[in-house]
Amino acid sequence: MDSFTLYGEQIRSRLLIGSALYPSPSIMTESIVASGADIVTVSLRRQQSAQAGDDFWQLIKNTGLKVLPNTAGCHSVKEAVTLAQMCREVFATDWIKLELIGDEYNLQPDPFALLEATKILLDEGFKVLPYCTDDLVLCQRLADLGCEVLMPWGAPIGTGKGLLNPYNLRMIRERLPSHTLIVDAGLGLPSHACQALELGYDAVLLNSAIAGAGCPVTMSHAFRSAVEAGRYSYLAKAMPEKDVASPSTPTMGMPFWHQN
Amino acid sequence: MKIVINGQSAVVAEQISLSEALANYGARPPFAVAVNGDFVPRSQCEIKTLNEGDSIELLSPIQGG
Repeated sequence: MDSFTLYGEQIRSRLLIGSALYPSPSIMTESIVASGADIVTVSLRRQQSAQAGDDFWQLIKNTGLKVLPNTAGCHSVKEAVTLAQMCREVFATDWIKLELIGDEYNLQPDPFALLEATKILLDEGFKVLPYCTDDLVLCQRLADLGCEVLMPWGAPIGTGKGLLNPYNLRMIRERLPSHTLIVDAGLGLPSHACQALELGYDAVLLNSAIAGAGCPVTMSHAFRSAVEAGRYSYLAKAMPEKDVASPSTPTMGMPFWHQN
Repeated sequence: MKIVINGQSAVVAEQISLSEALANYGARPPFAVAVNGDFVPRSQCEIKTLNEGDSIELLSPIQGG
């Protein structure tokens, strides 16, 4: 399968996977490997006295994957900028998945704070991957600031509802044809991921859909296949939809043709 | 003097450096630090002096989505 570009880097897998919510560390590792992902998302929290955090980080390092740190849980520009700066030091990457929550109920990104934080971080040399709503004008404003990658949601985080507004997502794809677009959050089924890729999105980022499945490792395989199917479908250019049926089997030479 | 590390009160010597306070706390790498909401790069921890009531956030890698 062809690769896509993320701030100048060629990324082979079109599935970005999260590292949270798995039933066990070993299932997390197996699921990440099964996904074929090149990028895994991580975060920072207060250091605990227990050894658990150290073990987790060692497991992630052992995968050899690139890490994409996030600013999950931040509600203000100041919090998000500080956390991004801390992530850059710990994870030694300029990439930051910028999350700035505006509403606690559906964890909807705050578009105004997101723009403000994005500008600050881009000015500081970060390569910002903003988690945003599927609002075209917001995406355009983020692109205007210099974001090469945009990550509109499919649906609120952890809902598994899939692409709630395919029209909006299609419009963003059409209006920003040269930007890398990743559907982030809200996916529940491999068919949702396939749909995103069929719309021309470059990749999907998900966590709960795999970690919350009855068998995360098997679901990880399923999502891996789904993004490949969706990408191939997009490249193949689907047939035009029609309202009137037309036979696929030739009618020429049909026996008993209209005998009655 | 009193400071706060990860939400917990701690009593430390006057004029203590941030790196000393972290060592006393038992901080284990990898980590990053902020004081009163401002990031303090690793290279600055030795020379950063703490004041009464300072609040330190000591963060390490965890799972993320």
